[in-house]
Amino acid sequence: MNDTRTLLADTCARLFTDQVPPALIESAEKGTWPAALWQMLEENGLTLPQISESRGGAGGAWGDAHVVLAACGRFAVPLPVAETMIGAWLLSESGLNVPLGPLTVAPVRPAEKLALARDGGSWRLSGTATRVPWGASAGHVVVLAEGDGKPMVALAQGGIAKAEPDVNLAQEPRDTLEWTGAPVLAAADAGAGLPTGALMLAGAMARSTQMAGGLEFLLSQSVKYVTERVQFGRPLASFQAIQHQLALLAGHTAAAGMAAQRAFAAMDEGDAGFEIAVAKIRTGEASGLGAGIAHQCHGAIGFTYEHTLHFVTRRLWSWRAEFGAEAYWAASLGREVAARGADALWPYLTSR
Amino acid sequence: MATFNFQLGELPPEAEKVREEIRDFLARTLGGTSATKRALSWGGFDREFSRRLGEAGFIGMTWPKKYGGHERSALERYVVLEESLAAGAPTSAHWVADRQSGPLLLRFGTEEQRQRFLPKIAKGELAFAIGMSEPDSGSDLASIRTRAERVEGGYRVNGTKIWTSNAHISDYAIALFRTKVVPDKKHEGLSQFLVDLKSEGIGIRPIIDLAGGHHFNEVHFQNAFVPDDMLVGKDGDGWTQVTTELAFERSGPERYLSSIRLIIELIREVGAEPGERAAVVIGRLTAHLATLRQMSLSIAMMLQAGQNPNLEAAVVKDVGTSFEQEIPEVVHALLGVEPRLGSGKEFERVFGYLVEHAPSFSLRGGTREILRGIIARGLGLR
Repeated sequence: MNDTRTLLADTCARLFTDQVPPALIESAEKGTWPAALWQMLEENGLTLPQISESRGGAGGAWGDAHVVLAACGRFAVPLPVAETMIGAWLLSESGLNVPLGPLTVAPVRPAEKLALARDGGSWRLSGTATRVPWGASAGHVVVLAEGDGKPMVALAQGGIAKAEPDVNLAQEPRDTLEWTGAPVLAAADAGAGLPTGALMLAGAMARSTQMAGGLEFLLSQSVKYVTERVQFGRPLASFQAIQHQLALLAGHTAAAGMAAQRAFAAMDEGDAGFEIAVAKIRTGEASGLGAGIAHQCHGAIGFTYEHTLHFVTRRLWSWRAEFGAEAYWAASLGREVAARGADALWPYLTSR
Repeated sequence: MATFNFQLGELPPEAEKVREEIRDFLARTLGGTSATKRALSWGGFDREFSRRLGEAGFIGMTWPKKYGGHERSALERYVVLEESLAAGAPTSAHWVADRQSGPLLLRFGTEEQRQRFLPKIAKGELAFAIGMSEPDSGSDLASIRTRAERVEGGYRVNGTKIWTSNAHISDYAIALFRTKVVPDKKHEGLSQFLVDLKSEGIGIRPIIDLAGGHHFNEVHFQNAFVPDDMLVGKDGDGWTQVTTELAFERSGPERYLSSIRLIIELIREVGAEPGERAAVVIGRLTAHLATLRQMSLSIAMMLQAGQNPNLEAAVVKDVGTSFEQEIPEVVHALLGVEPRLGSGKEFERVFGYLVEHAPSFSLRGGTREILRGIIARGLGLR
């Protein structure tokens, strides 16, 4: 990591340590929008790190977004930071202006499609998108939809869709939105710089690094707990059974971190389809294993609402299923690898 | 809590150039080698192959030219290792010497030892074995009892080494002996020696593995004489030296690539348009493979930068060997084919070989339990 990114990581850690106490996450889980925290993130340039300054961003790269999102995962920040970054990216790559405030994106499920229809000089949006993060509460929804037989990006005002609120395991909003010929604020052909399936790719990439950050929390929190907790007259950390479980967690955490980091680097290089599939598969698998180990090491106390471990484990269990679970990305990657042929496996790996 | 230092990095252009050269060399040299033979990975022993690899400049790559080396970077060497493993080249006749015996001599050996051994190793002409474990000392290496007693002009050795891979076909071993008994301080009084395996007083008895193969041996020392000039480093410094040697042994790509042939043959077996289940399995294995490669590369870069990534190497070996060990299980769950040995289809034989050899992956070079202990220490748990 370069110096700027180390600085950015420190800024995030400091800010989130102070500003994201358990009480704030709890109140967000009850449906309160943490407005002051959002404003602080926006003022510090943390919501649009990779968007150019001319579009209102911080002018960095996806590598900077990686640092912010890993911290968001680590501290269970209850805000659509990833969704805002991705929405702004879709807009700016398609030559559209990025509005202030929280954004969300749709559709977020592989099989769902939205459609734009011409209406004189403007466009109207139709279709249903399920499980949209903060779908009912975000200021704007950025959609990737088909219009005139081409992929298009459009900006819809928040609150205009028929909304059916729901949540994920971590009580983060995951709403169903339905538009029926709704007007959009702006629309354009999806920019040439956007890969096919841009929304799923960027979403999977973001969740990967949020999960990698979450795993770091599980590891450090578990190490702390077993070092302090005494049973049979000695700290749990001194038991080999515990040591080996945490060594295993450390391995999966390291692998998840590496896979996520690589995906963002590839995104900055331009073509990240392979690396994002790898990252979503690897971090998703590590999340299930990691959550299990962390809970086992914490005993019953970690299973209570009072303890903070679940703020991260419940997110991991949901995030690994969002923007395509491991099986979705593995099937897609597996088909690609098989089509290239057995003897192309190694040359393909080393070319990435 | 210590944090792991896995950083992304890219191989420099000269390393990618070496990739083309070694690929070309391997394609020419291995030609029509069967998948079953390639599945042996770094277990295949072929002196002629090692000699040709040495001749082409791919052994001792990072060593000084004055010792027959090529003064290439650790990353250029890394590329040669991963390409050899991916191709299933029979590297066993030079692997140990190139990976650990040579580097150990460069670090601790005398000038005379370096001049005498390194150029021949780099030519692919000297095969080395590792004399660490004993019948009563496996993971608890510091408890070894084989004695090397000071005599006129050298040491008189008595005791037994075990699991000494390829001792029967190697030229030398670097062995750890007890030169002094220090009560209650088992890590003290240990020393490392170069042992000529043809010396008088050394008896080598085969130990056949569960697959019927002969790699392991028991090496008996009965008043075997080892001259003074074969002591490696300092008398009594054996423990520090041997842990350095083990770090060389744990840091390479052989710790996650042992089963890659089975993945390759699995892809061939399910064809270009696999069903959903097979595609998911292949995609998942590819994701693990790609991630382990990045982690392994990250270690190579730390080594190149002069850092000491012992902890990270333990992590990659633990994650990597669990992965390579899981592959035959995953193949079984997906296809349910019978593992075969001499008969059956090529795919079934590759599968059979790896089913039988997988248990060794998390034993050799430090067991999973030893590695997890090292990682736990890194986490501050012990």
